[in-house]
Order: sequence, then structure tokens, then C-alpha cells
Amino acid sequence: MSKILIRGARVLGGEPQDVLVDGEIIEAVGTGLSAEGAQVVEADGKVLLPGLVDLHTHLREPGREDSETVLTGTRAAAAGGYTAVFAMANTFPVADTAGVVEQVWRLGREHGYCDVHPVGAVTVGLEGNKLAELGAMHESAAGVTVFSDDGKCVDDAVIMRRALEYVKAFGGVVAQHAQEPRLTEGAQMNEGVVSAELGLGGWPAVAEESIIARDVLLAEHVGSRVHICHLSTAGSVEIVRWAKSRGIDVTAEVTPHHLLLTDELVRTYNPVYKVNPPLRTERDVLALREALADGTIDIVATDHAPHPHEDKDCEWAAAAMGMVGLETALSVVQETMVDTGLLDWAGVADRMSFKPARIGRAAGHGRPVSAGEPANLTLVDTAYRGQVDPAGFASRSRNTPYEGRELPGRVTHTWLRGKATLVDGKLA
Amino acid sequence: MQRHLISAADLTRDDAVLILDTAEEMARVADRPIKKLPTLRGRTVVNLFFEDSTRTRISFEAAEKRLSADVINFSAKGSSVSKGESLKDTAQTLEAMGVDAVVIRHGASGAPYRLANSGWIDAAVINAGDGTHQHPTQALLDAFTMRRRLVGRDAGLGHDLAGKRITIVGDVLHSRVARSNVDLLHTLGADVTLVAPPTLLPVGVGSWPCEISYDLDGVLPKSDAVMMLRVQRERMNAAFFPTEREYSRRYGLDADRMARMPEHAIVMHPGPMVRGMEITAEVADSGRCTAVEQVANGVSIRMAVLYLLLGGAVFDSRNAPAHPQTRIEEK
Repeated sequence: MSKILIRGARVLGGEPQDVLVDGEIIEAVGTGLSAEGAQVVEADGKVLLPGLVDLHTHLREPGREDSETVLTGTRAAAAGGYTAVFAMANTFPVADTAGVVEQVWRLGREHGYCDVHPVGAVTVGLEGNKLAELGAMHESAAGVTVFSDDGKCVDDAVIMRRALEYVKAFGGVVAQHAQEPRLTEGAQMNEGVVSAELGLGGWPAVAEESIIARDVLLAEHVGSRVHICHLSTAGSVEIVRWAKSRGIDVTAEVTPHHLLLTDELVRTYNPVYKVNPPLRTERDVLALREALADGTIDIVATDHAPHPHEDKDCEWAAAAMGMVGLETALSVVQETMVDTGLLDWAGVADRMSFKPARIGRAAGHGRPVSAGEPANLTLVDTAYRGQVDPAGFASRSRNTPYEGRELPGRVTHTWLRGKATLVDGKLA
Repeated sequence: MQRHLISAADLTRDDAVLILDTAEEMARVADRPIKKLPTLRGRTVVNLFFEDSTRTRISFEAAEKRLSADVINFSAKGSSVSKGESLKDTAQTLEAMGVDAVVIRHGASGAPYRLANSGWIDAAVINAGDGTHQHPTQALLDAFTMRRRLVGRDAGLGHDLAGKRITIVGDVLHSRVARSNVDLLHTLGADVTLVAPPTLLPVGVGSWPCEISYDLDGVLPKSDAVMMLRVQRERMNAAFFPTEREYSRRYGLDADRMARMPEHAIVMHPGPMVRGMEITAEVADSGRCTAVEQVANGVSIRMAVLYLLLGGAVFDSRNAPAHPQTRIEEK
């Protein structure tokens, strides 16, 4: 395999350096590197990050190939600077058996744009009643370590307790979609001032916070680790902060959209803003940013949720919940965290690569940009500013809340184990 | 002011007064031997009803016919909508048939807003009630009724409801009537108090331009109008209140309570009434209850709205003629 010399890249936002890649491995990092016959990429002061890792992606295959497939979803991931994604289990059929997770994993390998780590369902059919064969999924070729009924909450306290306990045997983690079902029946948006005016069913913050409080206490009781999906409220931040201060092994993620958007946007009744958990208030947004900066929230995860046009081109109540996010995540994080001074690029690498890889046990990902490490890399033009144009998305779906919005930053190159998946902003 | 009527909150004070004044003119048409104006001759209005609502639909239909519009009634039940056709396709199909205005009733909050703002159709959109969001023509007919009763039919012309104390009682949480009324009455200068058990008030109601009370008896003596909202019996199954009896004891209007109201004060109800629940038959049938009058006024208000949106081509109070009635073609 040929060599690649990335010249003048600000590694994790530091001083410009050269990075020499040989085959699948970073051979050297330093200044004035040269290599005979190497393909040269002039980074020109762009920021070089370890390949991003998304712990929360919906690839929709099998079952909803009209909205996304493993191929289109991993191309979108590569375009967004990702080298590994965790594919949620709420497919048709549900990824609750070794057969389904192996299929998804294999498709990811065949396409080669991005490593696909299937997430296994916690319960059979996501129904919350009976544990799925978690061990079999872990032992399968897919090597599942993250289990989640995402889209639904594991609301039965006993089932949750057993799942937390059971996956300890093989170092797994349960990722909880925290949503108390009875408190959110008919919920359409954040419950508060805006929902009262718009007459849309409320999704109260307490429905998320009460489940998180219960689950951190369960994790403490049985000595397991627990991961909280798409944490969205200021109150949830307080609970996780408290849990961490007690030494509970809890990790939490926040989505890019919850770092930027508020429920005021729902006044347009435009379902591109319909998502679960819902967009919250400005107070919540600011608390989430602060928590991501101080480490209370460990990672950014996209909750990339593709939906076909017809599922959004309708009245609010009839619309599907969710937004695509892989191709805009880094830009939103730059806008909300870096350009605001809350996080530097090393911090971005930590929240979007190192830590998600560690939580998901994604071997070879989330490694330092240094000699001897796998060449999973992302090059970002941080000086760029431009409008989001969904027509240019690699994802099969276009349900972005950012259409026409000006955002900073553009991923120009992505390398998966030394192989370019994105070159000059174009998929390889 | 826009070419649609989606929310009572979109109306300025002058817009609203113009509609009320125009409705007074329209009401006179009802007193004529031939209750018809040629204003909307050749214009087509579709009543697009995704929810059953015989009274609202008939009220709009009467208004449209009195203005000589061609009327198409479209009920979603048993139509292509029940076979999965989208709101967008339904609306575009109707517009392809040359519809000038769509009067829409929909169970989903925001559906009329979407219809008016998504580039799906060009026709004017009139909200005839959407989910638990808005019902602007109901608020207008209620304000019209209040102005007639509390200010005067002729004395009211050109005036708003400044200083009038309006109490709205009942299931505010699920009520588009309450939301529309709070918005419009506030715009018209009235002081609004909502009375309900806390379970039937939305979280966030504190930001509305009105007072909140849990004590009906305390509010009644200070009310010029008391509007009772329908309370569906099935709400009690979702624990909004313990029993029907307890609800009517605490929040229902009976003759004893009505006696606590000032002598001039009126009792209103948007219908349909649940007698024995929020209102006793004695109150509902008393001379102080305007429920039937509200129905009659509804036709005048809807004529005024259609006239101003479609016929008059002026629904911008800044450009409106000083005497809108002079624009109504006679005969």
C-alpha cells in the first residue's frame, strides 16, 4: 500500500505538523517529514482529528431502505468525518439476534466507508419484556458491546436491572433511551411555554430525568456501567453530575441539535424540527454546552435518524421524529462549542472520537494521532463557512433542520485505516 | 395582516374591530327577506373537514352561501384520506379543481398553518379549528357576542372590549377555544381570567396574557361574562379529576353560582354543552345564556371573515375603508 504525507496539518488544533501514513498505520508525526513517492495532501493549516466515532446512528437497514441503507449511511458518515458508527437496533427485523447484527456488520465491512458496529436490542423486538440473546450477539462476528432499545425506553425497572447486570460478563454497556412512557403518551414537543401556546402534546423534562435518576441508582446498586442516550435537559445534567460525583459508572451523550436548536422553532410547525427527545429551551441548551465542556456529558452522538420526504412533508402530528446529523455534526459542534470558546479541538477529539470509542469498545478507533496508531483520520477546514445544502448530502434522506443555515467548518478528507474515504470533500 | 386566518393571535386590534364591525353589517343581511349577497359569486370555497363538526361546518356553509360562493364540502371520513392520502395531496387535488379558499378543520394542531405556509397551495386558508391549538372564528364570534351584549349593537361599532372582565372556565388544556379567546380578548383590551382544576391547565400557561384562578366562586362576582367550556366525561378516566360529581360541584355553573354574577353578566358556551357537567340545564336555558345567540353570530362572523379575505380584497386594517359596510354590494 502506498504512503500518504499530510503536510502542515494542525493536529488536534496544535501547531502545523506533517503526518506520514504508511498503509493502515501512522508511521510518523513531525515537522519537515518527506517520503519518496508518497502521495502528498497539503493540509494548509486545516485541523487533523482522529476519525470521528458516532455511538448513535440509525442506518435503517434492514427494513427501511427507502430512508437509508448501510451503504448510504456509511457514505454520509465518511462525508461527516466519521470512521466508525454504532448502528441502532430499531430496524425491521429488530437487531435482537446474532443473525441480524452480523448482517449489518458484514454490509459495513463490504462497503468499506466506515466501520459499522451494530448495537444489539436489549429486549426481544424492543418490546421491553424479555431479554434478547445479548451474549450471542456479543459472541457473533459483529462483537456487539453496546445494547439499546433506542426509540423505546427500557422502562421496566427489573428488566433494566437484569440487563445492566447481565452484560457485565462480557464488558457490555446498556445505552438507555430515557423516556418514561406514561408521562409521554401523545407527546409531540417539549412541554412548556411553547407547547401551551401551540396546543401540542407535551414531553416533560421529568419523563427523561426520572428514568436517568432511576438508572444511575440501579447501576450503582449492581455495580454496572450505564450510558445515557441523547440527554436533553438541564435537570438531566444535574443528575448525571451528581451520579458521577458519587462514583457511579455513568456516561452520557448529547446530540448536535440539542446543542443548537430550541423549541421556539416548533412555532413553524415544520416537522424537520420534530425529534425525540424534543428540542428543549435555551436554558437547557446552555446547560448542555456547559456540561459537554466540563465533562459531565462525555460525548457528542448524532442520533442520525433518516426519514423519507413524505414522513416530514405533512402536518406535525403525522410526521416522524428524527433528524439526519452525520454530515453536519462537526460543523454544529464547531459553531456551538469551539467558536464559543467552550472547547478546543483537542476537546472535540475527546468528545467525538476518544471517548465514544472507549464507551463502545471500538478497537482501533479513538486513538491518538501518533506513530504506530491506526490511520483513522479526519481533516477539517475550520476556516470555511457556508450554507447547509441538503441536496449535496450523501445520506439518502434530507430531513435536516439546518437547511440554508450558515455553519462553520467542512470535512475535506477522511481516512479509514489509511484508505481515503473522502478526498477534497468528495466521497472516494 | 395576511391573506389567511390561522390564529387569533395574528389579528391586530384594528383587524379584529374591523371584522366585528363588518359582521354587524352581515347580520343585517339575515334580517332581509332574501338573505344573500352576490359578493363571492363565482368564487369557490371548500370546507375541508378532517374532524366531525356538524355545527361549525354548517355555520361556514351558511356564511358561504349567503355570500353566493360555490361551496364544496369535503369530509375526510370515507374519502381517500382514510385510505392514506396525505393532507398535502388532498389540498393540491382540491386546488387543482380551482378552489379560492380552504376552510379547514383538522385534529392535528398546526395543520392549517402548514397548509398556508408550506407552498402546497395558493388558496386562502381559514382555520376552522385545529387540534388543541386555535379556533379563531369561534373567538371572533364570542367577542362579537360580548360586544353586543356588554357594549351594545350600535354603540359597539368601532369599539373593542376594553376593561371587560371575562372568565373562562373548564378544560383549558384541551381547548382551542380557550387559547383563541385568550389571544383575541387580550388584543381587544379585556381582562381574562381562566378558572380550572390545575390538571386541566397547560404547563406554561403562566406566560399567557391572563390571570389564573382555581376558585370559581371568588371570580364570579367580578365577571362581565362567564364562558363555560365543555368538559368531556372521558377526561376523568385519565385522572384529570376524580368524578363527574366532584367536577361539577367545584367548577360547574348552576343557578346558585349564576346568582353570584353581576346582574348584567352573561353566560356563554361554545357548544356542544354537557348539561349536568359544566352547566346545569337551568343555567343553559336561562335568558342570560347566549349559547344559541353565539351560533347565529357565528354565521355573521364567518361571512365577515370570508368577505374580508376574499371579496373585499382588504384585510389590512391600515388600508381598510373607514366604513366597510359601504363596500358591500347591495341587492
